[in-house]
Amino acid sequence: MNDNAKIPHIKSVETRHLEERETLFRGLHRLDRRSFLKVSTGAAAAALAAGASNHFHSFLPVNVAYAAEGTGAQGFTFAYISDSHLYIKKTNERFVRQLLRAVDDVNKLDPQPDFVFYGGDLAQLGRKEELDLGAQILKSIKAPVHMMVGEHDWFFDMGHRWNELFGPQTYSFDHKGVHFVVLMSVQEKDFWSARGMSPAERMHTVAGLDNAVQSAFEVGAPQREWLRKDLEKVSTSTPVIVFSHSPLYKLYRPWNFWTDDAEDVQAVLQRFDRVTVLHGHTHQVLTNRIGNIQFHGMLSTAWPWPYAPQGLPALTVQMNRPNPFDSNDGLGDGSVTVHPDGLVDKLYNLWNRNPMQVKASYLSSGGKSDIPVAPTLASY
Amino acid sequence: MKYPSFLALILLASALSARADQNAPPQQSPATPAAGSKTVKLCDNKTTVKVANDAPKTRAEGQKVSDALMAQWKATNPNNNWVQGEVEAHQVVAPADNAKLVGTGQSSTYGTVTHQDVQVWKNETYKVAVYGSTVFHSGDELGSEIAVSCDMCHPRAANTHPESYPKFQPQLGRVVLLRDMINWCIEHPVRGKVLAPDDPKMRALEAYIIAQRKGVPLDYGKR
Repeated sequence: MNDNAKIPHIKSVETRHLEERETLFRGLHRLDRRSFLKVSTGAAAAALAAGASNHFHSFLPVNVAYAAEGTGAQGFTFAYISDSHLYIKKTNERFVRQLLRAVDDVNKLDPQPDFVFYGGDLAQLGRKEELDLGAQILKSIKAPVHMMVGEHDWFFDMGHRWNELFGPQTYSFDHKGVHFVVLMSVQEKDFWSARGMSPAERMHTVAGLDNAVQSAFEVGAPQREWLRKDLEKVSTSTPVIVFSHSPLYKLYRPWNFWTDDAEDVQAVLQRFDRVTVLHGHTHQVLTNRIGNIQFHGMLSTAWPWPYAPQGLPALTVQMNRPNPFDSNDGLGDGSVTVHPDGLVDKLYNLWNRNPMQVKASYLSSGGKSDIPVAPTLASY
Repeated sequence: MKYPSFLALILLASALSARADQNAPPQQSPATPAAGSKTVKLCDNKTTVKVANDAPKTRAEGQKVSDALMAQWKATNPNNNWVQGEVEAHQVVAPADNAKLVGTGQSSTYGTVTHQDVQVWKNETYKVAVYGSTVFHSGDELGSEIAVSCDMCHPRAANTHPESYPKFQPQLGRVVLLRDMINWCIEHPVRGKVLAPDDPKMRALEAYIIAQRKGVPLDYGKR
């Protein structure tokens, strides 16, 4: 068999796997019947090729249910990028490359998402140069971008540069019948003045996730009052989606996987029929439900956090333990599909792994249906 | 906190030895005293005070000399409380308490175990782990070229699972010890310079990582 010209081009198993994965993943965003059929065929082929244990298999029923529900839908999709922790390029080009990869991801989405949400911690040490670099990179996103602030953006100059670049840190907007609220949930009580800390020392303290010198995150009374007023004009049947950098519940205080006045914020949100909270900070797949409020975490583009040793919500199906030998494992971006009824399916686009989807029906059923695929390697 | 002077000197000496392997014994060296006074030197071999030759030889006077030395040393060593500072920030798990051994015999080696024995064992052990925490949390100490430190992926050493070593690491194709993985992380994600197995920083990192998993059963080979 020396005559290579006569042999048709054969794709490797790996190439075919990646192509099938790409087709399936992109197809998840298409709601019309024709695309749905295409996706189903692709998924069926993949399932056949890889056997029943393949993760693709679990996507089949997902798509059936989704297409049925989505008939004549006004639902929409938005994408997210979060927690890029940029240093200046000279200091660390790896985090810069990883943010660029996420920007490529969302720009490649077809159809394009309605907007891209940035989940906070654009900078690592809150420096002007870091925020400017981040702003510059995010400019190449094709879809409109909405920004949220994180503690790493804030505690060097207390938000001065971030506000200059991106406007107010607390705001709301309406999109296709959904009311969106963006909060600044990483206020901290003054721990720095009494210690005579410089802005750089204050920032460095907050930048250490496990640094116990800092205070607990909170939304704070003035902002809660703003939220109450903002929601006054919104009817209880309007779906509400809230963005907060820290989870708006209490998970694990030593790492500030925590918002100190979470219950007060939840109380303001409880009167609505359908509320979803999306948060950054935790760098992992994280799922929770408290009353009518569904919570989802966002992935980071910089590094993954381990799961907290205590307090993990029962509904959370962990993502696979990141492989330290794969520098982009456990990282990624993702997208959120908003159903016509206002609840959301959360897609975690884990780089170098199959995507993981946490559906609204999983949360609504209290974890009984549409259970995400469990990891093979959970936390130690 | 006020220590009796002798204890302060002991603590100072051991703090220095943990940081820099300089274990100079306390010494008073008025080799060539100035007229009417003598020079008293601290165990760091640098800090001195002058004491009048005719100063009364009382405990109170001795305490004054000691306080003056300590005050000077603290002024020139602002980071002197590094153990307390590090523990406050990163809450290093304390070592086992051996207080129940106080008063018991220990064959012929030490005679009877004293409170001070137990305290020294604990302090010295803890200090190595606490030093490990400072290295663990500092890209500079690790020699990172990209300002990355261990705690970025392992807050409070979470997910370092020291109990699972040694084990076969398929990605490296051999059996590894905890220190091999520490060095792998230093070389790759941290982009620092690998440490010799007996480097004080490596010993301290191992101590810290193991300290944080205190109480977890050993399970070598676990994936």
